[in-house]
Amino acid sequence: MSSYHNPHTFPRKSAAFDDYALSEIRRAAATGLYDIRGGGAKRKVPHLDDLLFLGASMSRYPLEGYREKCGTNVILGDRFAKKPIELKIPVTIAGMSFGSLSAEAKEALGRGASAMGTSTTTGDGGMTPEERGHSSILVYQYLPSRYGMNPDDLRKADAIEVVVGQGAKPGGGGMLLGQKISERVAEMRCLPQGIDQRSACRHPDWTGPDDLEIKIEELREITDWQKPIYVKIGAARPYYDTALAVKAGADVVVLDGMQGGTAATQEVFIEHVGLPLLAAIRPAVQALQDLGMHRKVQLIVSGGIRNGADVAKCLALGADAVSIGTAALVALGDNDPVHETEYRTLGTTAGAYDDWHEGRDPAGITTQDPMLAKRLDPVLAGRRLANYLAVLALEAQTIARACGKSHVHNLEPEDLVALTVEAAAMAKVPLAGTDWIPGNESRGRGPY
Amino acid sequence: MTTRVIDLATEGVRGLNAALHADKAHKHWQVLNPAGLHSIAVGIDAPTTVEIDGHVGYYCAGMNKHASVTVKGNAGVGVAENMMSGRVHVLGDASQAAGATAHGGSLIIDGNASARCGISMKGVDILVKGNIGHMSAFMAQAGTLTVLGNAGDALGDSIYEAKIFVRGTVAGLGADCIEKEMRDEHKALLFGRLKAAGLDGQVDVGEFRRYGSARKLYNFTTDNLDAY
Repeated sequence: MSSYHNPHTFPRKSAAFDDYALSEIRRAAATGLYDIRGGGAKRKVPHLDDLLFLGASMSRYPLEGYREKCGTNVILGDRFAKKPIELKIPVTIAGMSFGSLSAEAKEALGRGASAMGTSTTTGDGGMTPEERGHSSILVYQYLPSRYGMNPDDLRKADAIEVVVGQGAKPGGGGMLLGQKISERVAEMRCLPQGIDQRSACRHPDWTGPDDLEIKIEELREITDWQKPIYVKIGAARPYYDTALAVKAGADVVVLDGMQGGTAATQEVFIEHVGLPLLAAIRPAVQALQDLGMHRKVQLIVSGGIRNGADVAKCLALGADAVSIGTAALVALGDNDPVHETEYRTLGTTAGAYDDWHEGRDPAGITTQDPMLAKRLDPVLAGRRLANYLAVLALEAQTIARACGKSHVHNLEPEDLVALTVEAAAMAKVPLAGTDWIPGNESRGRGPY
Repeated sequence: MTTRVIDLATEGVRGLNAALHADKAHKHWQVLNPAGLHSIAVGIDAPTTVEIDGHVGYYCAGMNKHASVTVKGNAGVGVAENMMSGRVHVLGDASQAAGATAHGGSLIIDGNASARCGISMKGVDILVKGNIGHMSAFMAQAGTLTVLGNAGDALGDSIYEAKIFVRGTVAGLGADCIEKEMRDEHKALLFGRLKAAGLDGQVDVGEFRRYGSARKLYNFTTDNLDAY
């Protein structure tokens, strides 16, 4: 007698309740705490990868790839500052604090950036002598916490960056958990060792763009109008935020998309607040153009920049330079598979390690543990960063030459098309193979 | 000692600050016609004295080092913000964020101070002879805030290691801020602050209450959710 079993359907997991969502529910149920991690948004969002360059053909004349000059320099801060900055390449190193990073990592960032003629940036926690010593061009961040802020370092800086927000957490403050508060970090921040250090989300002595204008004037007065002053914003309402930064007197606007990293904040914040960089650049550029300030107030963009194509696309959309953070750490050695055994011990894997706030980084970068920090050779890591920066510049030049441009700043939206409707709408370039730019039909809503 | 007189009506704030930064040897300055202008006498890095004859706007004496600055009038937002050392004396009232994030030195306000007095202070000694507004000493890290009058709501919210002394009433305490025992060491500390302001013998330290951090929020745990 033959038996018959009803066939089962193939096991299917929910698209909504995927493995990650399920693991997060279990984690939350076990701890009662939200998840904190470092890095930027990991979810898939419309991205620079959704754009393509057209290159030259019958109607455009390319430059010879290896011979004809294609400039990469950029001048920042010539609106008001007596001493504007000139970078040799349009790629800068984003603000990352001593505290979130080891002193060795900060030194390596300075070495790498200096070797390529570009700038690095302090972070929440102040300026270390090592960082100043190894950075030929150093931008000093002016943050709500004012940890380590003092007029001597302000005068030592080559530029000042007033941080209003960052892409990973627009509207949020910072957090450096107690396990990373070493004696030196604590001393620089005027706080006890070993306690969580919260960085406020609002500046303590100004509110809104009218106040910011007065604050910027004070910083200029203290430094005798010599230093370029940047204003850094997280990508939220880029048109108005950029316009208000310009109104407040910024020399440079730094715009950080949601893929931009943070040392530590809530996962829910990183993944659900703010705009992807792709969606933020054109509104910011539009604001500058509407004010007649494009190329007069420079625009630096950041958040998910990985290669020279990303650099070139940002410049083509109207930025003057880009800034990198996560990619720079990877160049130093962060998340390197060479540490896979240790990553496994920490419950993760190379490429996914993001518990930077715990201070147990096997690569010795996001830590204050002296034994771990020693693993990073600042000279060697700085060399790797310089190599990586060189590749970014070379790749951007390669694309610019292919588009017939003698300077990377000559790239323009007309050189681009989009692979998706979403990217076409956000970047305001045509969908590939068409002349359709979604949103250009109606100006009803206007810029945001 | 000669006094160098700067009239802001003719030389402007830039002229004043440029002179203060360039001429560090000059020991006494008088500033005329401040007229509520912003950023007056900011970034001084010299043991000089500056007298300002009138009201000042935002950030007067910001990031001061070593200098003694007297405002013969009222001060706008952020007077003596991020001061490192020296002394700033406001003879009138001060607007909000007086002494914000200041690392050192002393700030004396003869009148009242508005909201957020001593916000994120990092070592400064602030003394207010009148009242202070709400959210004062928010996230105050170090230093002392002495108030001869009353304090507004949410005093010392999320305070770290700063010490607050209030002689009058407190409308309310912020998260993790509690009243603490006034031991002899604290009375001695307070006496020193009063003496530095020329108030020794005039004010009894026994009339003050001390406030500071309960230190329960120093490391985040879910058990403290109700505190926020």
